Amino acid sequence: MLDRRDFVKQLLRDRGDLLVVPGLGSATYDVAAAGDHPLNFYLWGAMGATAMIGLGLALARPDRRVVAIPGDGDMLMGIGSLATIGVKQPANLAIVVLDNARYGETGMQPSATAQGVDLVAMALACRFAHARAVSRIEEAADVRALLREGVGPILINARIAAEDTPRVLPLRDGHAIKQRFIAALNPA
Amino acid sequence: MHSPVDIETANIETSWPDAIYAQFRRVGIRQVGYVPDAGHSRLIALCRDDPSIADVVLTTEEEGVGLVAGATLGGQRAALLMQSSGVGNCINMFSLLRNCGFPCVILVTMRGEFGEFNPWQVPMGAITEDVLRLCGFLTYRVDNAGEVDQIVGAGCDMAFDGDLQVAVLLSQRLIGRKQWTR
Repeated sequence: MLDRRDFVKQLLRDRGDLLVVPGLGSATYDVAAAGDHPLNFYLWGAMGATAMIGLGLALARPDRRVVAIPGDGDMLMGIGSLATIGVKQPANLAIVVLDNARYGETGMQPSATAQGVDLVAMALACRFAHARAVSRIEEAADVRALLREGVGPILINARIAAEDTPRVLPLRDGHAIKQRFIAALNPA
Repeated sequence: MHSPVDIETANIETSWPDAIYAQFRRVGIRQVGYVPDAGHSRLIALCRDDPSIADVVLTTEEEGVGLVAGATLGGQRAALLMQSSGVGNCINMFSLLRNCGFPCVILVTMRGEFGEFNPWQVPMGAITEDVLRLCGFLTYRVDNAGEVDQIVGAGCDMAFDGDLQVAVLLSQRLIGRKQWTR
């Protein structure tokens, strides 16, 4: 099992021009804890949409690498988007699911992945170019390389420990998060 | 949710979907997300045939809200096409547009009104415009083909110039009543 903070920090180390969309809840806190960046589009809501925001961004900017980082509950809520993404085959999009098999914000109730529902198999069935599960921190370097150079769409199911981590709260004003991101990505 | 094949599709007045497409070109729409609807079939075909537009077939309309947000972050303009029933599928996700001020243009083909043959379409169709308004959309209703160009054009300009959410409701009277054919 991975330590979520350590894993996300390693993925985003030397992030270069990576565009990052973390899902609501702990994923947003993990990405904030790895270091604030204007090219993080922090979500505080929109559960189920993280992967689709990644798709819209990846289609708009084929010259950049995009990583969406939903939790397992977020990915399950938007599970149809795996089919939508599989149709479009965005080569520059990766989804890293932070899967603790729990709804962490609401009291650690088990999610479908706790019963063996397999997001990797679902991604492969949806024509993802690459999908795999990781559970050891030694695999973080491989994943980091995939996010930068792998041909997408990619789904990484990161098995993280179900632990309560301290909240690291980034910007919460949606307009500010959006404008900062757009200004950094699309300088006038 | 989506109706059986209807013979009226072939008889749709072709000018209004072309007018919408021309407005998409004018304002530079680059991504179009949709769950298919018979009333949108010609517009979908026009978008699919245009290499400058990424057409994204969605499994549910709420995915389109995320698509619009992502496109905007990446510096592109996006529009959504859906049937009135799809509006109900988006309600919570519309919060994303309001929270961040993402411009959004939705072309809604109406069901459950004028001459609807399927009563199962009526409950959502009857509240579609109210729902959109409650979710913060400006709504414009079109009953005549001749008004489509002007209203869609004005709606697009308001959305993209002002980071607003605009829905154009294409009435069942405009689209043509559906007929049960099989």
